[in-house]
Amino acid sequence: MIAPSVLPDDIVIELRGVTRKFGEKRALDNISLRVRRGVVFGLVGPNGAGKTTLIRHVLGLLQAQMGTVRVFDRDPVADPVGVLSRIGYLSEENDLPGWMRVHELIRYTQAFYPTWDPDYAEELRRTFGLDPAAKVKHLSKGQKARAGLLVALAYRPELLLLDEPSSGLDPLVRRDILGAIVRTIADEGRTVLFSSHLLDEVERVSDYVAMLNRGQIVFAGELDDVKQNHVVEGRPLSLDEIFLAQVSSPGTP
Amino acid sequence: MQLHLSTSDGVPIYLQIVNQVKYLVAAGRLKRDEELPPIRTLAEQLLINPNTVARAYRELELAGVVTKRRTTGTYVSAAGSPLAKRQRIKILTQRVDALLAEARQMNIDTEAVVELIQERDEALRSLNPFGVGRTT
Repeated sequence: MIAPSVLPDDIVIELRGVTRKFGEKRALDNISLRVRRGVVFGLVGPNGAGKTTLIRHVLGLLQAQMGTVRVFDRDPVADPVGVLSRIGYLSEENDLPGWMRVHELIRYTQAFYPTWDPDYAEELRRTFGLDPAAKVKHLSKGQKARAGLLVALAYRPELLLLDEPSSGLDPLVRRDILGAIVRTIADEGRTVLFSSHLLDEVERVSDYVAMLNRGQIVFAGELDDVKQNHVVEGRPLSLDEIFLAQVSSPGTP
Repeated sequence: MQLHLSTSDGVPIYLQIVNQVKYLVAAGRLKRDEELPPIRTLAEQLLINPNTVARAYRELELAGVVTKRRTTGTYVSAAGSPLAKRQRIKILTQRVDALLAEARQMNIDTEAVVELIQERDEALRSLNPFGVGRTT
């Protein structure tokens, strides 16, 4: 039986004591965090820190071995339709069906989402310069990322989840992705959770930031607070410098 | 209004906006009653969080640099700065004192600080105030 709702209305994502092991490795180690509606939440940390694993729990693709995950106050594993229909998702290895043409991909995705906005989809297609007749498998890496972004955005999801969306992409595509984050958040009440190792991007767009290292949260909080708490000789540090200081500091033996 | 942001020097982005708008107003490159770009437009132009722009505009409003007019937008205030010149100089004096103290602590002499000020002045002067929200 599902416990009665206790989450405040403005909390979109809540993880409580989430632990996940792959074999002996603790991919997530007692992670607790909350993401409020209408914010951009940046997830940073070195490769293998647990960022992707965390996002896969939010999507309900992985079940927490310990702890609880609530998204829109639902369990994403027990209620995938109720959760996924409200999430737009783009990952580094976006697995769009290669045999489809761009216009088929758009029509196909549209069928799943009652909130699909055809005008917005067409506007994005034009902005991104996507040829409707092109086969997805023939698109460049950048254009594939743009196609993935189009289908993640066109139904105006309440929550946009981006897992290393800019990884390995050229500056122009990265600009489009950042622009999409900015536009999404400018749309009243929408929330973005994204992971990135490009700290400059995280610093530009995030309201909140959490740093993961070895499956644990090193720090989490409002970006401005995080920066205020990391000042050396009167000079505030950039997120880059904070990151380096945290990751290179001696960890547990 | 063209602003230049840097995420490498640690200064919060909203503060960079506040400082640069103040500078543009003080330098007469943003004129009284001139409209600032809408929050969303500036956020998309600079690729930053709209909340950050909103915060910068709020701070500018509190400082009396801009005025919000209901339903229309944000405009450079008539006064630009509501303070009398003597008061403004007084505020700046405190800032200069702090700067000099810090420079001394870092073993940087006053000459180098003056040079740096001139250098930054030139850099800021080269900012192009005509951009967003205008057609040429």
